[in-house]
This record gives sequence, structure tokens and C-alpha cells, in this order.
Amino acid sequence: MTVDQDVQKGRPEPIRAVPVRHPGRWAGAAVVLVLGAMFVHFLLFNPAFNWSEQWKYIFSDAVLRAVRNTIWLTVVAMVGGVALGIVLALMRMSPNPLMRGAAFLYLWFFRGTPLYTQLLIWGAIGALIPTIGIGIPFGPEFHTWETQKLINVALAAALGLLLNEAAYMAEIVRAGILSVDPGQQEAAAALGMSRMQTMRRIVLPQAMRVIVPPTGNETISMLKNTSLVAAVPYAELTFTAQTIYANTYQIIPMLIMACLWYLFLSSLLMIGQYYLERYFSRGVGGNGGGNRVRLRALRGGGRR
Amino acid sequence: MTTEKAARRPMVKAEQVHKSFGHVEVLKGIDLEVQPGEVMCVIGPSGSGKSTFLRCINHLEKIDSGRLWVDGHLVGYREKGGKLYELRDREVAEQRREIGMVFQRFNLFPHMTALENVMEAPVLVKKEPKDRVRERALALLDRVGLGDKVDSYPAQLSGGQQQRVAIARALAMQPKLMLFDEPTSALDPELVGEVLDVMKQLAEDGMTMIVVTHEMGFAREVGDSLVFMDGGVVVESGAPREVLANPRHPRTQDFLSKVL
Repeated sequence: MTVDQDVQKGRPEPIRAVPVRHPGRWAGAAVVLVLGAMFVHFLLFNPAFNWSEQWKYIFSDAVLRAVRNTIWLTVVAMVGGVALGIVLALMRMSPNPLMRGAAFLYLWFFRGTPLYTQLLIWGAIGALIPTIGIGIPFGPEFHTWETQKLINVALAAALGLLLNEAAYMAEIVRAGILSVDPGQQEAAAALGMSRMQTMRRIVLPQAMRVIVPPTGNETISMLKNTSLVAAVPYAELTFTAQTIYANTYQIIPMLIMACLWYLFLSSLLMIGQYYLERYFSRGVGGNGGGNRVRLRALRGGGRR
Repeated sequence: MTTEKAARRPMVKAEQVHKSFGHVEVLKGIDLEVQPGEVMCVIGPSGSGKSTFLRCINHLEKIDSGRLWVDGHLVGYREKGGKLYELRDREVAEQRREIGMVFQRFNLFPHMTALENVMEAPVLVKKEPKDRVRERALALLDRVGLGDKVDSYPAQLSGGQQQRVAIARALAMQPKLMLFDEPTSALDPELVGEVLDVMKQLAEDGMTMIVVTHEMGFAREVGDSLVFMDGGVVVESGAPREVLANPRHPRTQDFLSKVL
């Protein structure tokens, strides 16, 4: 206490200095404000947007069905892509050189060719592989299907996106597993855990911290890449917008309407990504108090 | 009679243990015995092979030649008809359950609280009922002086506290042998004491321990035996006070003159 009082007595008066002026910031703000006002004016008064035309179609049956297809494609391609990606990642880290080689070839092909071209091939898959059968390799077949009937456009679109995504997810998963300190596996082994138990309980939960953020980005990319399946062709959001303006000639309104849907869906994904990242970073960087503050801000700036 | 026989069986026995990494021979024929209840401290310059030897005992490293037994069982192999068979991963894991290990860098699981770290292996590996493990884990954390930190994540604990959680985690498997790989080398000086106190308590409770360390005070006070390793061989061993006070071998004398 006495020390405190001494400090009080001897403390010089607080500094009152003239703050540094920042004219550049004011100029920058003015430019941004003017550009912003111009943009709002552009949105409101450019007739090409034709907002009423957009409003007519945005919740129409055809568009809602297309939105559903887009969501369905995104979910299937991502879930399948992650699952196959984990398998490919484990194959790439396998002690068996044939496994490593097979995984490498897969990645080489699917990362080395454009997704759009791959989807075009899926659209014409019947020409490449006329029939699919179950039987003995190079021997007799027990049952044979016509490819064109077995793989309809929906399945072709989903497979095209899924197989391509798996190649990218494999690299993300591998990077995640490699990011975990090898000491963790040793500690788990020393406690008598099996390799599978170590992977499931110790390594993957920690790898998730590295895997989740790029996977979230991949999901958002996937949402937008579903528009490429117009190549198959499959009636997702962009393709449906094209079909509508092919009749009405309202090109810009329909494309902007599609953008509004994509923005809405990707915003939902970003919120989901935020919560997932928070969950998998538990135990890292102190008590997570900062996270909680940010969370409250996201929920609407706190209740009081 | 049987108890007497069991008491005479060494907890760890090494015979001509060799280990190479590539062309570098790290262990060049280690022979030693650790009796049940004994605390053996292993000292020596870095690169002398002491940590590698410790890791061979629970088969984190495979030995190239020689034999290594823990509690009468060959480590990592089965001998049948004069032939050695490698143990399956599952069997190796079973052997490791009996041996606790504490690492220089703690290696706690960062995504789990202190309590979850301690409970993980008994529940997952030994399939013990959760409530019983929780009771034991709480008691263990209390014993290492962390009864009030059970819900903290490793990142929220000091190095000394993390290492004490790591000791509790190893003890939760109820091992018959504890291996310590330079348990205080990564700690700030003022945190070393709290970890050594826990280890001393453990020694007094009769745990068999092999401690690779640079803490000569601990070796002198708590150790029953002391081994000085250099260049992959045991240069000198004996009673800690004797070796530390009157080292016979010139290499031991040289090493001790630098660290004491």
C-alpha cells in the first residue's frame, strides 16, 4: 500500500500531446463514400437489373427445384469427396508402394485436367464405357448394364464433382495429418493405443484444426462449381437461369438472381464453417475467451 | 517361494542390446538389470544413446541385436524353438500398457482437458468403466498436486503442471515400470522442483523407475543406482553417491567435472 501511495505522490501528470493527423484516411473515406453512393445509385436506377422480373422468378418452382439440385450436388460431392479423400490420403502415406503409386496417379489425373472437361466426359460417359458389368476381370460377366441407363445425368454430375473433389481433399487431409506433432503418436503408442485408436482419437481430431478451414473453402467453391455441371447437362441453378432467359431474353436479371441465391447459400456455409473451426480449435491458444467475444459479436453485437 | 522367485526376477534385463540408425550405431551392446522397486538414473552427454535405450524398452525403437526383457517377457518378440517371431501390433500395444513413459516435451493431448488426458487410455485401451477411471484419475491429479486444474487444457498449464499431468496420465494405466526421458529438461528452472518432488514421491511408493536425467541432485538423493553412458555403451555404473563422488573412469570424471 505504501508503495502505491509513493507512486501516486511521485507520478508525473498524464501526457496530453497533440495527436498525429491523418488527412490520408479522410481522403480515402471520402473516395469510398462517393464510390459507394454511385454503386447504390447504379443498383437502384439501372433498368437492366429489372428487379421485378427477378422477383417474379426467384421463388418460382423451376428455380427452387434448381436450388435444391445445387444443394444436393454440393452435399453429395463434398461428403463423398471428403470420404474418398481420406482414403486417398491414407493410401499416399501407406508403406505399400503400389498404394502410394495408385493414389499418386489418381491425383495426377484429376488435378491435372480441368473440371469442366472432366464433366463433359461424364456427360458422354456412355461413349467411353458402353456397358458396366459384374464378373471376373478379363473373364466372363455375370450381369451387364448399359452405362447410359445406369448413370443418369444427376449421377454423372455428382460423380464428376465428387471424384475431382476427392483429389483435392486427399491433399488437404494429408497436410492435416502431417501437421500433427509426431510426439502425439508416440505418446499414444506408449499408452498402448493401437494405430487405429491413435488415428481416430488423437491424430485426426488435431488434424481437423488444419483440415476444416480449407475444407470450408472447398465447400464454398463446390457450391459455385456445381454451375459447371451445365456441361453434363444437369438442371442446377445456373443452367436453369439460362433456360429461363433463353425464353424471356432477360439475361442480366436471371444471372443476378442466380448470384443472389449463391450469395445466400455461401453465407450459410460461412457461418457453419465458423462454428466448426471454433469447435476443432478447442484447447489451442488459451481459454478461448477471445473466441467467445467474437461469437457474441456475430450473434448480433451482444444483448446489452 | 514363488514370491521370492518373483522378487528375484529383474524388472528390466538387457543383454548386449545394439541399435543403429542407418550407418550410425547408437547402442553398442548395453547390459544392465533393474530390480523391481529400483530407481535407476541414467546420465551421460547428449548423443550417448541413453534416450534411445529408454525408447527400446517399450519398443518405440526396434533393437537390432541382443535381448531385452521386461518382467521376464521379451520386448517386441516371441521366442519359439530357438527362433524369434515379431509380435503383432496388437501384442506390442499390450506390452506397452504395462510400461508408463514420460517424455521430455510432455506430449499431452492438446485437444483434451487434463482429466480427459488421464482418462483416455484406461477407458479406450483397457475398456475400464468410465466412472471408476474418473475416480482414479481425479485421485491421481490430486496426488500430483493438480486437483484444481482437472478441467484445464494443456495450453493453459505451465510446463511443470503439464509434466505432472503427463505423469498422472502414465500412472492411470497402473504400470509396473515407469520410464522418464529427461522429464525436466524442457522446463524453466523454477518449475523443475515440482516435477522432481512428484517423482520422488513415486519412488518412495515403490515404483520401479528408469530416469534419464541431467539432475544430479535427484540421482544422488532418489536413485538406487546410477548408470553413466557415453558413445552407446555403459561406461560406469554403481551406487549414485559412489559414482558421483568417486568416478573411476576418466570419461565419467570428465563428464561430471563439466556438469557438477
